[in-house]
Amino acid sequence: MTNVVTETSSDLRVIGKSLPRVDAVGKLIGLTAYADDMELPNTLYCKLLRSHHPHARVLSIDTSAAKALDGVAAVITGEDLPIKYGIMPTSQDEHALENEKVRFVGDPVAAVAAVDEETALAACRLIKVEYEPLEAIESIEHALLAPSDEPIHDYAGPGNIHRMGALEFGDVDQGFENASHIREDVFFYEGNTHLPMEQHSAIATFVGDQLTLWSSTQNPHYVHRALARVFDMPMGHIRVVAAPHGGGFGGKSDPFSHEMAVCKLAMVTGRPVKCTLTREEVFYVHRGRHPVLMWVRTGVSNDGKILAMHFRTALDGGAYGSYGPASMLYTGALQTTTYNIPAYRFEGVRVFTNKAPCGPKRGHGTPQPRFALELHLDKIAEEIGLDPVELRRRNYVKPYTRTINHLRITSCGIEEVTDQVIEASGFLNRKRRLGHGMGFAISSYMCGAGLPIYWNKLPHSECIIQVNRGGVSLYCGATDIGQGSDTVLATVAAEQLGLQPTDIRITSGDTGLTPVDLGSYSSRVTFMAGNAALQAAHEMRNILVEAVAEKMECSPQEVMVGDGKIGELTFEEAATLAQEKLGVLATRGSYAPPPNIGGKFKASGVGPSPAYSYSAAVVDLDADPYSGEIQLNKVWLAHDIGRSINALAVKGQVEGGVYMGLSEAMMEGQLYRHGLHKQPSMLDYKSFTFFEMPEVDTFLVETVDLEGPYGAKEVGQGPLLPVIPAVASAVHDALGVWIDEVPITPDKIMRALDAKAKGREGRYGPKNFPKISYPSIVKVPPFDASSSPF
Amino acid sequence: MLRLPRFSYLRPESVAEAVQILSEYGDRARVVAGGTDLVPKMKRGQIEPEVVVGLGHLDELRQIRPTEDGGFEIGACVTLTEVVSNPILRSAYPGYVKAAGLVSSPALRNSGTIGGNLCVDTRCNYYDESYEWRKALGFCMKKDGDICRVAPASATCRAIASSDTAPAAISMNATVVLAGTNGKREVPVASLYQDDGQFYITKAADEILVSLRMPEPGEWKSSYVKVRSRGSIDFPLVGAAAAVRMNGSLVEACRIVITAVGPQPLDVSQAAEPLLGKAIDPAILEEVATDAAKPARPLDNADLSYVWRKRMTRRAIEQAIREAAEVA
Repeated sequence: MTNVVTETSSDLRVIGKSLPRVDAVGKLIGLTAYADDMELPNTLYCKLLRSHHPHARVLSIDTSAAKALDGVAAVITGEDLPIKYGIMPTSQDEHALENEKVRFVGDPVAAVAAVDEETALAACRLIKVEYEPLEAIESIEHALLAPSDEPIHDYAGPGNIHRMGALEFGDVDQGFENASHIREDVFFYEGNTHLPMEQHSAIATFVGDQLTLWSSTQNPHYVHRALARVFDMPMGHIRVVAAPHGGGFGGKSDPFSHEMAVCKLAMVTGRPVKCTLTREEVFYVHRGRHPVLMWVRTGVSNDGKILAMHFRTALDGGAYGSYGPASMLYTGALQTTTYNIPAYRFEGVRVFTNKAPCGPKRGHGTPQPRFALELHLDKIAEEIGLDPVELRRRNYVKPYTRTINHLRITSCGIEEVTDQVIEASGFLNRKRRLGHGMGFAISSYMCGAGLPIYWNKLPHSECIIQVNRGGVSLYCGATDIGQGSDTVLATVAAEQLGLQPTDIRITSGDTGLTPVDLGSYSSRVTFMAGNAALQAAHEMRNILVEAVAEKMECSPQEVMVGDGKIGELTFEEAATLAQEKLGVLATRGSYAPPPNIGGKFKASGVGPSPAYSYSAAVVDLDADPYSGEIQLNKVWLAHDIGRSINALAVKGQVEGGVYMGLSEAMMEGQLYRHGLHKQPSMLDYKSFTFFEMPEVDTFLVETVDLEGPYGAKEVGQGPLLPVIPAVASAVHDALGVWIDEVPITPDKIMRALDAKAKGREGRYGPKNFPKISYPSIVKVPPFDASSSPF
Repeated sequence: MLRLPRFSYLRPESVAEAVQILSEYGDRARVVAGGTDLVPKMKRGQIEPEVVVGLGHLDELRQIRPTEDGGFEIGACVTLTEVVSNPILRSAYPGYVKAAGLVSSPALRNSGTIGGNLCVDTRCNYYDESYEWRKALGFCMKKDGDICRVAPASATCRAIASSDTAPAAISMNATVVLAGTNGKREVPVASLYQDDGQFYITKAADEILVSLRMPEPGEWKSSYVKVRSRGSIDFPLVGAAAAVRMNGSLVEACRIVITAVGPQPLDVSQAAEPLLGKAIDPAILEEVATDAAKPARPLDNADLSYVWRKRMTRRAIEQAIREAAEVA
């Protein structure tokens, strides 16, 4: 669908303004009820018993003592939940409770419902599980070897290989042959986790034959589907409600054990059952950033034009499939949406290890290769004596083009975001002093995945607007996880109806009440649900305008909408007039991405999006040449937002992305030792505090996308991406050492400085990339240009 | 969330009554003031007292008063925030007050007390996690187990001394007053600790730390430098306290105490010898700091690499001496 509105910003009354978010007051005064705040009569409390072994066969589970404990209502194990599930059709590899084998420390084996958490915990400790330990796999290199006893999973393979991919676009060998300069680099990006302030929580009821689950989930749509599968129940008897959220960042995107457990326990006991994870458990549930080893080889011409690129990745997936097949492909998909790469080869592998499962975290699969790619280009620029900004500019993609891997680029502010940060930061004329450095990097991200996670022909987003006695209710399956999507939907509708965003009552993320929306992932909500809301609101506007025009005896074009009025009538009068005439006032909107935005080859489902956002960052820091300690001075971040729906909310997302990017660039790490998570607490898993956070100057570039709602694009994920390589680049600028591994910690910098002082390469990072038997390369023919204008 | 286990809370009316309770319950009792150390450790099952004895409400432990010898006596239940915001203490003992201000975060300093910080448990990332986590890893000798996980060959626990204020107090030759069944005794802060992360504190089970006595500052200037990953919240990865007495531009006396590099704070003042009678010269300072850092034995049981922490010890000592002597 194309945009029905083409106003210039001066015509807009609420779009683009810095207005408070519609959910702000409730959160400020503490009235917002998160899942853990919900109290239903006779609620039971659930605790999960989790494995103490990284990899072991479950020989027996004895729950008799737990069941006998006073206050325990029910104890369930894997026998009670035998059907496997998983977020992707190809990764149906999780039992809610494992009764065959456990695959990481923290894997749930049993669940207890009791009168309080204390009793539930005591009961968990009474459950006797007999294990037979198996060899634990702790690293990518280890997982690539043939397992000494048995693979972690009995599907996929060989060994512990979960998924592989190998694609080539254009003639890569020829490209390297034509290159005047070729460079290879190896990088490593350590895994890290989302660290939402709100721990996951879920509460379920089973009344009659109706199951209802309130959960801190980003994706009620997919949880709904998983529950129907696990409980073999009709979809219509299950309702999943996304409770108000205390942060997702991708960490609440899978269906989870605790959700299945509370549903089953509610069925068994007939009482509401609630489970709120401890902070430690949140680290085990994880689904965060994959650790990724990367090798990249690029050939450039004399004048710095990229002629060929070969990119290899190896992802440590942890114990389960999760989004892994997509995560793996994402490490190769979006290199081409920023740089024109005429010949491109990608080989990727994801392995299973005995660690908490990895999945999507803000930027899903793309921050790792973005870090590698940007640093790699910095090194090429240094080697061929070209300014790193200039090198990039010579390779930037152009708007309204196709990438070599068939992705459709539409609006593209890559030049503009570069100009903004380069100019504002004074990057090109930066003053030199010992230990001071500045780094620059750019990136791009999707405005929603072009395809759903499972094959279906439903619209990706649907919206219903009802006007009743002057009140506007908007129903949409999208989930506000703190990113502000309710505000976006309200603002889009308010603009159409001449109201304020706070005039729109939003009901969202409820599979029982709201029409389909796939969920809050892949930065899809503003673009997709925003378009659905726009369509529904526009139709409602037309209905009201026509009713008023009839009464005013004028043409609809003469009826002005705005400031709470439709023509000469107040909104309420106009709405009543229309309702008297037509009965129920309800309109609908839906959105599905256009066809032809990506290729038609196998694995082409990852990467296509109806539009891409662009970001550029400059980081300014001082680095101590003795200790390697870094003092961040300032970050400039420019983002091509298409158009801001709410400028304040956009800036908030940018700053949040910069914060998260800096924190993972400099200290975060989901580390393991002796088979278990090294530091599952907020004190010992280091992430930024206010003290570490520098000033951020945000610049919004409005390219007004032709298909986005009012021209809007995403901001939830993109601005994180350039921050991480910009930090690494700034450290190099400051100290002359390359830290080719994230996080960039003082001890790694000190090691690189030591090496440099001893006359060796001033670098810290992986020495080499393992030898991997990737499948044979699939050579993808060029995009058929006759099927699309570009 | 993690639940507190069941325990009895007793609220004595006086220190004497508290001592009486402790003598009755021995190891089964723990005292609490701010609770910032004890409560999370109880939730994680690291400390499992039957009886918790509240002290925070006792006025006799909440006084700051000048002593006859020109120093100050600070009650054990004075909060860290109260110390930090006391202008007299700040000018008399800048190192100690700086250390107090660097403990954890503002909210925890509002609750945490100076006595609590002196007695704060040693830390180790093989130990400071939940019961379930420690069970999965294998318990250690500090709780529920019998070996040291970070140094399996060690006969004693190698958990890390983590009080910021202890080295600063030791560098000022401070003492503490302990009240027990046999009355009160005053001991140097330095002798409060020993080289064992499990039994790190020398006070008897029935003794209560009632006050910190800071001697007259005289011409002593002091400072404290804390190395940590973040500018707030974190415990020290290295701490260095320095106190110097200058005669014009010459160093007359210098004390150095380092912490977080082993199970107890280490007085390494003898390394300052080359500075005595001299101006603070970068070369001598480097020599002194290098020498003073030698006893540091960081292990792989805290954030960042132990090699880095060892090298940061030297840097922290140098900085602390410079700051104390007010030289750039």
